[in-house]
Amino acid sequence: MNIVVCIKQVPDTTDVRINPETNTLIREGVESIINPFDMYAIEEAVKLKERFGGHTTVVTMGPPQAESVLREALSLGIDSAIHLSDRAFAGSDTWATSLILAKGIAKIGDYDLVICGKQASDGDTAQVGPGIATHLDLPQATYVRRVDSVHLDASPKIIIIERLLEEGYELIELQLPALITVVKEINEPRLPSLRGKMSSKRAEITSWGNKDLGLSENEIGLNGSPTQVVKIFTPVAKQGGKTFQGEPQEVVDQLFDEIKDIV
Amino acid sequence: MSGIKIILDKCVGCGLCIGACPIAAIELKDKKAIIDLDKCNLCGACIESCTFAAIKIERKVVAQSDISSYKGVWVFAEQRDGVVASVAFELLAKAKELAKDLNTYVGAILLGNNITGKAQELIHRGADKVFVVDSPALEHYIAENYTKAISGLIGKHKPEVILAGATTTGRSLVSRIAVNIHTGLTADCTGLDIDKEKKILIQTRPAFGGNIMAQIISPNHRPQMATVRHKVMPEASIDVLRTGETIKESFDENLQDKRIKFLDFIKEAISTVNLSEADIIVSGGRGLGEGKNFSLIEELAEVLGAAVGSSRASVDAGWIPYSHQVGQTGRTVCPKIYIACGISGQIQHLVGMQSAKTIIAINKDPEAPIFKVADYSIVGDIFKVIPLLIKKLKEG
Repeated sequence: MNIVVCIKQVPDTTDVRINPETNTLIREGVESIINPFDMYAIEEAVKLKERFGGHTTVVTMGPPQAESVLREALSLGIDSAIHLSDRAFAGSDTWATSLILAKGIAKIGDYDLVICGKQASDGDTAQVGPGIATHLDLPQATYVRRVDSVHLDASPKIIIIERLLEEGYELIELQLPALITVVKEINEPRLPSLRGKMSSKRAEITSWGNKDLGLSENEIGLNGSPTQVVKIFTPVAKQGGKTFQGEPQEVVDQLFDEIKDIV
Repeated sequence: MSGIKIILDKCVGCGLCIGACPIAAIELKDKKAIIDLDKCNLCGACIESCTFAAIKIERKVVAQSDISSYKGVWVFAEQRDGVVASVAFELLAKAKELAKDLNTYVGAILLGNNITGKAQELIHRGADKVFVVDSPALEHYIAENYTKAISGLIGKHKPEVILAGATTTGRSLVSRIAVNIHTGLTADCTGLDIDKEKKILIQTRPAFGGNIMAQIISPNHRPQMATVRHKVMPEASIDVLRTGETIKESFDENLQDKRIKFLDFIKEAISTVNLSEADIIVSGGRGLGEGKNFSLIEELAEVLGAAVGSSRASVDAGWIPYSHQVGQTGRTVCPKIYIACGISGQIQHLVGMQSAKTIIAINKDPEAPIFKVADYSIVGDIFKVIPLLIKKLKEG
């Protein structure tokens, strides 16, 4: 079972804070990490490979420094890494990003399953996974919380998954190749092994620019993005909160007076 | 060539843009701002910050040719087993405002099996036209089939705006549609307005877990598509005298995607109240100490008719299933009232609940970060405060 995992380098959101005086982002010490949701995608790929064999590939689109997240994925047990990097990709919205990733995955070729995290922690769109599936014309299942069974001897090959919804879950059968996006519940990511860490440092990472993908400059970057950001601002911080402290009964009475009209 | 540029004549080297850049891609060199193009993702935050108009993003316009022929503000009326999701009524209220500014009609998309009867309900809630595709092939939501049906409707009737709820279904579906028909899509909006001069949709959404807000437009593509966060906008009222048009379109069952099959839907008994639909959520965290103490949270929730949520710590400790987790790796919720009990308020939790209208936090640590976002902060022992609160609420 050959698997491609899509990951994204994001700023560690625990460190993204706003300086209330200057109303700007505080970035000191902000580290770049693998999007937390993608850790579950990596783990699921490694687990499936352990059970069914095959080859796992991780792919990211991003600037040169995004190479570090590819190395981290390799240290966690992924077999090979592809870095889609080109200045022409900068400014891509979810439409163009999913096209670039789809083109990269098509170039990798011979895959049964594409796995993405449910969304990235910086953009929170959850649009790129389904976007890739559409560009590649693959069946998709989003918010997968469990891979129920894999039938590689069936013809065509199928996978049965559980898809998490607001009020329960769905059982869905997908013909391979397919794309899934996964939620945290699906597994518990392992820590990198020492050997994995060592070998990932020396591992060769393939880098493809747009000349390798051959996309028109009207389809990528700013030109290829239907959406445009026109303004960025910091939300107004909450003001005027009330604090109650003291004897529990008093505190409860005070709170009750405040909230009795809204509960 | 498209890209970002510093206009050196205008740049005074004040450094405002450095503070605004979320990814630290700008530095000052010889009193001029320099952008590291290997890092820059062209988000535009610096342009907004520059008071000297010294930063410019240039882009080539790659536009659709006939955008002026697109009319109507449409809403995707998500339904399960014939029950229309309440988020659709919120969208209809917003669509009515937008349609007024655009001087056009409100449309609703209704897909399912034996669903045509529901069109009237959407008309009562403000739809002028309901586009119905009623087919056994659409009984269950399958993104591939719904995408084909809706792309067909868009091609034929050409709406200028389409809104869907930012639910698991809405997000997965419209992501597929937007790529399929090649248009722009903005996720999880909390504000929508019309630029009255340009007659385009301005979409406002949180990013970086709500730490910054972005306004986004899709000026050169139609329809302009957005998913909208549940519970942020009020529902449209019901007017049973309202009339409208029902337009039935067929779905060619040969187009059905045979590669994907719906097998079953399993409702989870434990979450009797759906977190994303709940008006009140009571959440428990590490402060509960052990799993059996969650009964206290459940009891308070029951008195309030609330849903039960939790922090990541409680889920990781095995006290409550993952489906209850609120926060970055769980669910984002937006109830009218959120009561955080024994939750310290790590940023990952805050990003999932800070848009609740009223936040009540109970924690014994006066320094707990949860108090920074709370409207009512109770510094005290949850095991003393909650039982008293339950008693008080029961007495009324």
